[in-house]
Amino acid sequence: MSGSDPHDGSATRRDLLEGAKLAIPVVISVAPFGLLFGALAVGKGLTVFETALMSAAIYGGASQMVGIELFGDRIAPWLIVLSIFAVNFRHLLYSAAVGKHFAQWPRAQQAISYFLLTDPTFAETERAAERGMRTSFAWYMGMSVPLYFTWLATTVLGAMFGRLITNPQAFGFDFLLPLYFLGLLMSFRKRALWLPVVIASALASILAYKFVGSPWHVSLGAIAGVALAAVIGPTERNGDARP
Amino acid sequence: MTPTLWIIFAGAIATYCTRVGGYALISRFDLHPRAAAALNAVPAAVLTTLVAPSFLNAGWPETAALLTSAIVSLRAGMLSTFFAGAAVLLLLRNFAG
Repeated sequence: MSGSDPHDGSATRRDLLEGAKLAIPVVISVAPFGLLFGALAVGKGLTVFETALMSAAIYGGASQMVGIELFGDRIAPWLIVLSIFAVNFRHLLYSAAVGKHFAQWPRAQQAISYFLLTDPTFAETERAAERGMRTSFAWYMGMSVPLYFTWLATTVLGAMFGRLITNPQAFGFDFLLPLYFLGLLMSFRKRALWLPVVIASALASILAYKFVGSPWHVSLGAIAGVALAAVIGPTERNGDARP
Repeated sequence: MTPTLWIIFAGAIATYCTRVGGYALISRFDLHPRAAAALNAVPAAVLTTLVAPSFLNAGWPETAALLTSAIVSLRAGMLSTFFAGAAVLLLLRNFAG
């Protein structure tokens, strides 16, 4: 870690635990999707090793789902790669928005942190920074590392034992992630332009979901909200949100 | 190397570019206030797209769970918000179907 001061150890440990606490609902919500992805990938003809490698190296659930959908269909490899890129395009926005909180860390730590940048870790970092909490590398790792290994481990379990899951609906697994993201979304409600952005993105994503299909509704819906904010432009509260 | 492995590695590199690229791009320029306002809207915009379509497919247990989480979030932290919604969902799906 960045322990410049020998007395920093307890602060580092506290940051790690703080981050790990934030990972609890995400780990619970993401695990069923890891199992599902693992089971589907093996069903599509990937080996357990290839499935695990995909989760370890790409580490982006929606894009991996799209990837394996296309694997079986005699589609040119470069088109599959392009589709993975397109689904992950939103990370460009995350990285642009969150980068200033990483900027003072050593290069290697930044490189690792960007690799682990996901929907929840991005949003939790923005939320913590907005509330003036410390977003140290240890804090970020405390949150991100459990999530990474949960995704990897559940992918492997799904790939090996996926056929054993019979009724995932009863446990509510399919709906935990929306609940978690709704909680996160609500926690940003004091931000400038929150309501207009939410309305624009909700309408655009629902339209895109109906007429274009999942997962493209994420990028299209996000662009609508972000574009609206750019058109309305800076407000007084914007200044508060980014000191 | 098999085509599958090739696709996985290229997909991983493409994904890493999206994760590292945004800040690399904007840190080279002075940020226009409109661009800053746009970046400020990223969490609300993206999180909305991750939630909104689930309202479309929601039956009443799911709707009740979403509403519970939304209401609890006005007063409580993330963990309580999440578990309150999840509890309502589990109860309604298993005992009120």
